[in-house]
Amino acid sequence: MMTCAHPLCSSIVRKGIVGLTGALMIVFVLGHMTGNLLIFLPPEAINSYAEFLHEAGHGALIWLSRLGLLTIFAVHIGLTISLKYENKKARPIAYATHQPLASNWASRHMLLTGLVVMLFVVYHLLHFTAGVTDHSADWRRPIGGPGRPHLLDVHSMVVNGFQNPYIASFYIVCQIVLGMHLWHGGSSLFQSLGINRGFWKRITAWAGPVVAVVVVVGNCSIPIAIQARFIQCHADIEMKKAEIDSKNGKLPRLWSPANGGSASASQPH
Amino acid sequence: MKLHLKVWRQSGPQDKGRFELHTIDGVSSDMSFLEMLDVLNDRLLAQGKSPIAFDHDCREGICGSCSMMINGRAHGPTRGTTCQTYMRNFHDGQTVVIEPWRARAFPVMCDLVVDRSAFDRIQQAGGYVSVNTGGAQDGNCLPVPKDDAERAMDAAQCIGCGACVAACKNASAMLFVAAKVSHLGLLPQGQPERAGRVLAMVAKMDEEGFGNCTNQYECEAVCPKSIPADFIARMNRDHLGSSLIPSE
Amino acid sequence: MQLDARSPSGPLSEKWDRCKMDMRLVNPANKRKYHVLVVGTGLAGASCAASLAELGYNVSTFCYQDSPRRAHSIAAQGGINAAKNYRNDGDSVERLFTDTIKGGDYRSREANVYRLAQVSRNIIDQCVAQGVPFAREYGGQLDNRSFGGAQVSRTFYCRGQTGQQLLLGAYASLNRQIAQGRVKSHPRHEMLDVVLVNGVAKGIIVRDMVTGQIERHSGDAVVLATGGYGPVFYLSTNAKGCNVTATFRAYKRGALFANPCFTQIHPTCIPVTGDYQSKLTLMSESLRNDGRIWVPKSNGARKPDTITESERDYFLERKYPSYGNLAPRDISSRAAKEVCDNGLGVGEGGRGVYLDFADAIKRLGEDAIRERYGNLFDMYAHITGENPYRVPMRIYPAVHYCMGGLWVDYRLMSNLPGLFVLGEANFSDHGANRLGASALMQGLADGYFVAPYTITDYLAGVKPGVGTEGGEFAEAEARVGSHMKRLQDTKGKVSAQVFHRELGKMVWDHCGMARNRAGLEGMLRSIPTLRERFWREVSVPATAGGMNQALEYAGRVADFIDFAEVLATDALTREESCGAHFREEYQTEDGEAKRNDADYSFVSAWGYNGENQAPVLTREALQYEFVKPSVRSYK
Repeated sequence: MMTCAHPLCSSIVRKGIVGLTGALMIVFVLGHMTGNLLIFLPPEAINSYAEFLHEAGHGALIWLSRLGLLTIFAVHIGLTISLKYENKKARPIAYATHQPLASNWASRHMLLTGLVVMLFVVYHLLHFTAGVTDHSADWRRPIGGPGRPHLLDVHSMVVNGFQNPYIASFYIVCQIVLGMHLWHGGSSLFQSLGINRGFWKRITAWAGPVVAVVVVVGNCSIPIAIQARFIQCHADIEMKKAEIDSKNGKLPRLWSPANGGSASASQPH
Repeated sequence: MKLHLKVWRQSGPQDKGRFELHTIDGVSSDMSFLEMLDVLNDRLLAQGKSPIAFDHDCREGICGSCSMMINGRAHGPTRGTTCQTYMRNFHDGQTVVIEPWRARAFPVMCDLVVDRSAFDRIQQAGGYVSVNTGGAQDGNCLPVPKDDAERAMDAAQCIGCGACVAACKNASAMLFVAAKVSHLGLLPQGQPERAGRVLAMVAKMDEEGFGNCTNQYECEAVCPKSIPADFIARMNRDHLGSSLIPSE
Repeated sequence: MQLDARSPSGPLSEKWDRCKMDMRLVNPANKRKYHVLVVGTGLAGASCAASLAELGYNVSTFCYQDSPRRAHSIAAQGGINAAKNYRNDGDSVERLFTDTIKGGDYRSREANVYRLAQVSRNIIDQCVAQGVPFAREYGGQLDNRSFGGAQVSRTFYCRGQTGQQLLLGAYASLNRQIAQGRVKSHPRHEMLDVVLVNGVAKGIIVRDMVTGQIERHSGDAVVLATGGYGPVFYLSTNAKGCNVTATFRAYKRGALFANPCFTQIHPTCIPVTGDYQSKLTLMSESLRNDGRIWVPKSNGARKPDTITESERDYFLERKYPSYGNLAPRDISSRAAKEVCDNGLGVGEGGRGVYLDFADAIKRLGEDAIRERYGNLFDMYAHITGENPYRVPMRIYPAVHYCMGGLWVDYRLMSNLPGLFVLGEANFSDHGANRLGASALMQGLADGYFVAPYTITDYLAGVKPGVGTEGGEFAEAEARVGSHMKRLQDTKGKVSAQVFHRELGKMVWDHCGMARNRAGLEGMLRSIPTLRERFWREVSVPATAGGMNQALEYAGRVADFIDFAEVLATDALTREESCGAHFREEYQTEDGEAKRNDADYSFVSAWGYNGENQAPVLTREALQYEFVKPSVRSYK
């Protein structure tokens, strides 16, 4: 079963690493979510935040983070698969009937929810990072002007992306799946890492459900708010105003994809 | 009452095995589950048929011999061993599926009898304090805080029945091994060999082909002695510490 | 035959030390040339096997269970005695010795019992060192409780699972030796014969219960630690698998069976509910520390809470004011039988008395009671469906322990050279009645602290090495094979359990808590009929694989039937009442046991005399140099 007999290859160490990488990814997910929630503020907030991410350490931070996340992701998935393989082998003949008592759907389907999350991440990267799945990334135009090449209109990109009801629903479904993964994983990692004494004993059982609810509510609030038109694309609004203005014989006042993005809302003509 | 039993029959380790159907009537609600099987076996013997083989011994819930999956639940519908499961928990006309523990590390030997010697081998790997007979100091020279002694006892009362393995969807022995590791790990007597013990016992557990823990606590839910899964976290901590920080 | 107990001379307190000094030793380099076979892996067997292996001998262990850890020692609940005097309540080796001799109603050997009391202290130290999680006080010191038959608190315990923890300690030591390769463990192996080479025990024949193969094993000494024969009564607190086969087959090879009629009835068991019942569950005697035993003063089915204080008869407290509810087992059991015989019993069938915790709960609070007895209360609730915190428990006596067993000398060797017998399987230390918490003490004393010395002494006089090729092995194997073939060829239609149940009822009715000549003679007349029917009607089908539980069981029942004759013969011959053996003909006017020291101060050792022949009695006279047998009074 196990090819390596070294203590560091034991099932417990591997499971511990799965827990640890899971914990790191939860930190990332929470951070990512907090950043995303800036969308509820005026567009400058999220756009400046995105600019900061790209600027920090002369652009090194984002690449280091991406590399780190990729590694964590790969280790998390790789070790899980090695454990899962052993688990499958450990019971070659299944029971005719089996009545689970303590587990729940989420805890029994971690591999499934994990794979869905993985596919979602791939889509998410293609969607917003690479911008190859629809046209929402077209809205991510530089708006910073000279000296600020990384100030992009992330706000418009996100809003445009989520105005599509199919994409919004897909994201919501995936967040719920992620929530289920975290529901179990967020508590389970404490057990795997052996953190259950004193203060920790009181929080471990709640940690997963709390993280899951926070992540699902936080992340889903964005597509829902956009679908509900609570958040609108400021570029759209400005364009509409510009149309009205031009009908009234006034000059356009702002940047829009139509005019090549050379103008900015704050620059009067 | 009358019950329909769907019982696993397998003549030996090489046999493929199959379910056999038996109907038994006149079952009293005060019978234990094993007594119900005794009655069935008496009837089979009266027909010259071979009785259903199953492990059992003390019939008071402490030896840990009895081991069967009853309607998909290790030991049956109530917490406790099969011998302490009473027929008052079943109803007239019910179909009862009886299977052996299923795990690669617990091969079926005959009908409901499985080979649990993997548990013995895990204990042989380090589940002891290396002390020879004779020469022990006075028992009271080594004070043990009451809480530690109680917690060690919580772990030590494991009866080694294997229900934890049977109920775990990964056939993992983590609760059993954790109970054994924690019993000695919580006591001062167990400290000198603590790191080596947890490493050796976990390595043996992995080698025997048990699955891994996915923290679903099915083991805890069926453990006849209600051994908490906290001990698994304790063992994880012990093992991670011992494997990451090698002793001098 | 003249029996030499080989008790050392000299003052009581020096006997064991002198004996140890007299014993020969085996050079460390030579120890590994010797091989010892240990049958049974309970407290006595596991502790002996581990200790011998630590000394450097090669050891093979055999048990019928699937793991040594499941031996029935595991079920002992209450505790283990040791003369530590941690309580400063006046305990000492002398007092433990006196209590045990007195408890045994002066039918045990002084020297043996004194040694037991002496080494009792080492046992606790040894077990603590192994990591046995004994109950502790807040200061971290070992806790004690008092136990039936004692006025001092000398019982060490691990909740209600003391036997389990002590066995797991011995099993851990055994495992360590297995890991080091000094012990070869053979679980699921049943011993079916002892092989004697020139009258000396040199091997055993076992059946591998998985493959069905008959195997020969040879050794320089054979140790039987195979427990008691309680299930001769069918219903007992013993495990279903407990049997007399190993000791009985040794008896058939010439070992003497001593005092088989001394069978202890435990006062606190859960009453019987139906005839399908396969076993009786013991509630630890420790419950008697805090529980009060009573029956209503007049009969009539009433709920216990409707019976007022003045309508209750706390019969143990009334009859035995100084010991009260802690009176020894035989006395408590008989007192319960007496009130039930008078029609005052409670519960279904009227065979039960109340064990009431209401006062203790009032005095100490429910939590304190839960901490002390929680698992016992849970067990009771689980089995009966009643809540003992609210409703008094119902209890009734049941067969529990066998003081009788193979005869051994002071060095625990039977009359067959090389055949050592340890723990409950021997007869040695408890006389006619065992005190609570003394069985664990004796098993471990034999295994850890006596047998390793005495077996070494024996081996020092033996040339090591013996093969299994000899004619004696072939002969024994053939004998075992033909016995099994005979069982399988019977092709009857009745399960062995039916005969076992029938035998058990007969033994319980006529040789249980009270015995009389007419009953015992009737029993001796009925057994041959039962045996004849058994061998004509028993059903032992062949199985496709090697495992055949029906065959195992039928073989044991056949031995129980034969053994019951020895038991009844012994009970009939002992025309006195002493300890657990109560002959109705021999009682005082107020119904107490009437011992006869003038004529019966001896050990009855029974020898096999051939098929269907009455066994032959050899007496070992008991000398009391240091204690004066007195009438046992617990009033």
